[in-house]
Amino acid sequence: MSLPAFATDMTLGARARRVAEVAAENADRVDQEARFPAEAVDAMKAERLLGIQIPVSFGGEGASIPEIAEVCSILGQACAASAMVFAMHQIKVSSLVEHGGDSEWHRDFMRELCARQLLVASATTEGGIGGNLRNSICAIEIDGDICRLTKDATVISYGAHADVIMVTSRAHADATPGDQVMTVFKKNQYTLEKTVDWDTLGMRGTCSDGFIFKGEAPAVQIFPKPFAEIAAQSMLASSHLLWSAVWYGIAADAMLRAQAFVRAAARKANGAQPPGAVRLAEASNLLQLLKANILSGLKIYADAKADPDQLSSMAFSIAMNNVKLASSETILVIINQAMIICGIMGYKNGTPYSLGRHLRDAHSAQLMISNDRILGNTSTMMLVQKPDTSLLG
Amino acid sequence: MNETIRELLARVGGLPVAVTELEDAADLYSAGLSSFASVQLMLAIEEAFDIEFPDSLLNRKSFASISAIEQTVAQILKAREAA
Repeated sequence: MSLPAFATDMTLGARARRVAEVAAENADRVDQEARFPAEAVDAMKAERLLGIQIPVSFGGEGASIPEIAEVCSILGQACAASAMVFAMHQIKVSSLVEHGGDSEWHRDFMRELCARQLLVASATTEGGIGGNLRNSICAIEIDGDICRLTKDATVISYGAHADVIMVTSRAHADATPGDQVMTVFKKNQYTLEKTVDWDTLGMRGTCSDGFIFKGEAPAVQIFPKPFAEIAAQSMLASSHLLWSAVWYGIAADAMLRAQAFVRAAARKANGAQPPGAVRLAEASNLLQLLKANILSGLKIYADAKADPDQLSSMAFSIAMNNVKLASSETILVIINQAMIICGIMGYKNGTPYSLGRHLRDAHSAQLMISNDRILGNTSTMMLVQKPDTSLLG
Repeated sequence: MNETIRELLARVGGLPVAVTELEDAADLYSAGLSSFASVQLMLAIEEAFDIEFPDSLLNRKSFASISAIEQTVAQILKAREAA
């Protein structure tokens, strides 16, 4: 008997890095053609990354949000669109893990998701709601054991490529716009009629086209909790934290490219300090701030998870809003610094120092839930909330 | 107290339904209370009862219904008396 010479490294980090390699290889083409990063998503499925967040008892690996954030940042350094698809999928899975455990259908669905590595998309945006996902116009119709829903979903990221879509709607025909539920629809339970093309500045591979969604499914597929609770207790935090992890990845790769540029210049400079060196030091400072910001957010979430009251508190919402605001703004400064360091080699496509894709992808960060909306939201809460000003608390 | 809370809710709550039609236990968020309006309601209650909500009570649950608000306010008033 002999042991195999090479045992595959099956740690989460190693699996993520193998996927990142595939994603990096295709990143420029995915961006140019605005096409779905199929190779990277196939690699995620092959490495069985889609079910990692689901508890071990339902067939997953029980990965924590910090562990998933690490995967997001590894993928973000390779291809932001692939990383964002992964992050958005995990945000939907977090709702399932946090709020689906009490329902038999949702527990079975978690097992199926792990076994078949199903990719989950989200349809929360709707024509006419003005970008506020906590409002719906469409209402789900419950007819005995069956539910039906039609939604003018102006954005469903990777909708055409997903295996499952989670859709928000009003809870019934007479419900107010904020009285919402979320329903899981599997691929054979809905049709999508494309209404809007995703031709954008960046994040082109997320293929966030608009569709008329029409679905019919057993009513047990409706989440048993109001969407308000799901939004506050799992979506808010996981979105801001996992998006920020993706953005950190974009900025980190930009800084690495700038550093490689400065090093190459230093080797030719015969001891003289290359012009971009000080800027690189500044960028490294900002990248560390960004990392500290995300890590502190991850810790606040982990602490709050133990206490549902805290999860729905204003202090927690403000903290998560602040993570999102700071990360989405800081990455642009870092990538811009990197661009100035690399000069024309960064501005041009197809060089080892190209930063155009990074910069374009990063511009989506301020708009994915508009920073102005988030600032408005925080400023309202600040009218009554009393901040904890202790350093460690 | 119930009456004052109802008056304030009618004034700043911006609900699509009449406050008189709401049961004490009715879920105010399902009735259409927005997060902005809930903050306006908190401010109005702080002013009317001359209290300040501690951070630990600033969550959805404390303002989920008229009776929840009553309990929250009563808890603060009681703590103040004890102090």
